[in-house]
Amino acid sequence: MSVDLATVKRVARLARIAVTEEDANRMVGELNGILGFVEQLSEVDVTGVEPMTSVTPMEMRKRQDEVTDGDKAADIVANAPATDYNFFLVPKVVE
Amino acid sequence: MTELTSLTIAEAREKLKAREFTSVELTKAYLDAIDAANGVLNAYIAVTPEKALDMAKASDERRAAGKVGALEGIPLGIKDLFATRDVHTQACSHILDGFKPKYESTVTQNLWDDGAVMLGKLNMDEFAMGSSNETSHYGAVINPWKAEGSNQQLVPGGSSGGSASAVAAHLCAGATATDTGGSIRQPAAFTGTVGIKPTYGRCSRWGTVAFASSLDQAGPIARDVRDAAIMLKSMASVDLKDTTSVDLPVPDYEASLGQSVKGMKIGIPKEYRIDGMPEEIEKLWQQGIAWLKDAGAEIVDITLPHTKYALPAYYIVAPAEASSNLARYDGVRYGLRVDGKDIVDMYEKTRAAGFGTEVKRRIMIGTYVLSAGYYDAYYLQAQKVRTLIKRDFEIVFDAGVDAILTPATPSSAFGVADEALASDPVKMYLNDIFTVTVNMAGLPGIAVPAGLDAKGLPLGLQLIGKPFEEETLFRTAHVIEQAAGRFTPAKWW
Repeated sequence: MSVDLATVKRVARLARIAVTEEDANRMVGELNGILGFVEQLSEVDVTGVEPMTSVTPMEMRKRQDEVTDGDKAADIVANAPATDYNFFLVPKVVE
Repeated sequence: MTELTSLTIAEAREKLKAREFTSVELTKAYLDAIDAANGVLNAYIAVTPEKALDMAKASDERRAAGKVGALEGIPLGIKDLFATRDVHTQACSHILDGFKPKYESTVTQNLWDDGAVMLGKLNMDEFAMGSSNETSHYGAVINPWKAEGSNQQLVPGGSSGGSASAVAAHLCAGATATDTGGSIRQPAAFTGTVGIKPTYGRCSRWGTVAFASSLDQAGPIARDVRDAAIMLKSMASVDLKDTTSVDLPVPDYEASLGQSVKGMKIGIPKEYRIDGMPEEIEKLWQQGIAWLKDAGAEIVDITLPHTKYALPAYYIVAPAEASSNLARYDGVRYGLRVDGKDIVDMYEKTRAAGFGTEVKRRIMIGTYVLSAGYYDAYYLQAQKVRTLIKRDFEIVFDAGVDAILTPATPSSAFGVADEALASDPVKMYLNDIFTVTVNMAGLPGIAVPAGLDAKGLPLGLQLIGKPFEEETLFRTAHVIEQAAGRFTPAKWW
């Protein structure tokens, strides 16, 4: 499988990365190089093989569903580019 | 008197104990060494002298009060991937500009709890994506090693290039690092240092910037096997904050050094003998085999038939996980923001400006292989191949093999701004061909220096072990180290 310019632009949109025409053109070649490299996986017979979901055959640890941490609003917004009253500020999303 | 910075962790530990010098004196010696070297090597991207001296002073006070931790007073460098409270933590990316977390990663907290001192944050490939440390927003790191008779600057490998360079150049006593596909072991091999990627789940991932969550593991880069054992003992823990942290006590790794490898079965996988591999690497491998045989180990030929599929499977799984993990960088909660005409425009412009070329490439690949219609062909197939890669190892270990010996890298360190590698991403990816299988199977792997090539550059061997049998790796690596000796670059910086 290989990608064309339209696919690269669609994927960039899905990934929320703005690309110029020049970027997109360069990426077509690079992505096809990588996709060509991974293509060899299709020759592996995986009949009856389960996909790996975890490298360690251990059950994931669970805990009681209770509050163990919090009350750190100032810490949470401390690194944000724009905040007001402990809210993150973003451009208007509703007219 | 010997230069304080030339001491290993184990040596400094004894001399601090004997009160030959204080942690403040040792820390000052390292800060001076960093001052003199960093303009050239670019190993540190943030030095924290005040914090270092405060921590050293507190350590000296603890020692005076009789409270001595396992790393008491030892100055360390920390890879920029680990969250350190109120200190530069950016995974060497532009998109995390100005980020200073309000929390501490579990791994670094463990080190401070054991008395260690932080010298600063170390350079790395952006988001740990790279094999040469050239994708860092803060510029390339320079390897303290140079080829004989050459002035060409070489890369220290990556992604933990700052860690490896700093340890090799004696700009810290030891360093933290992380390994997703070879990022501890390849730079260790390129700089004549020791690096271990422990079993997945051994070190907590809490507070470590995520790249590919099913593959990422922290580990140390150190000057010798003993120091790596000392550091891993402190870094590893059982952590309730990381659900993949394994509930097993951390052994005393140092105690396994000096134990015999007599009767141990060492597997030699034929699939690691690849086309175009330099003669010197093959020679080094044979030398390693001979050393272990001399020490009484039994050498057995083994087969790991799916080895060649590990790297292509990795370049589906790792980018897929990365595209998901890196979705959080959107200019809202931390780091860089580039304003746009609406919120989506802001996201797209922020991510376009904030991520470097290699990171964008991997996010794009990951997004593509996870997108509707391609998931089964790429991602699901890769996860099935991953099961087969792990099964290869299980079969070999079930047959009685205790550890596997391979080369660590297919070459010694290459030049900065190598054109052939820069123009072909896949060629750069091939650097991890011997290391990536270990991440795919979640196993422990150690890189130990084993010799110099004809150009006088260090080469390493890799030992791969069973899950949570890091002790076997330390024991065996120590035998190789005893035979090979240690390698230190001649100072030119």
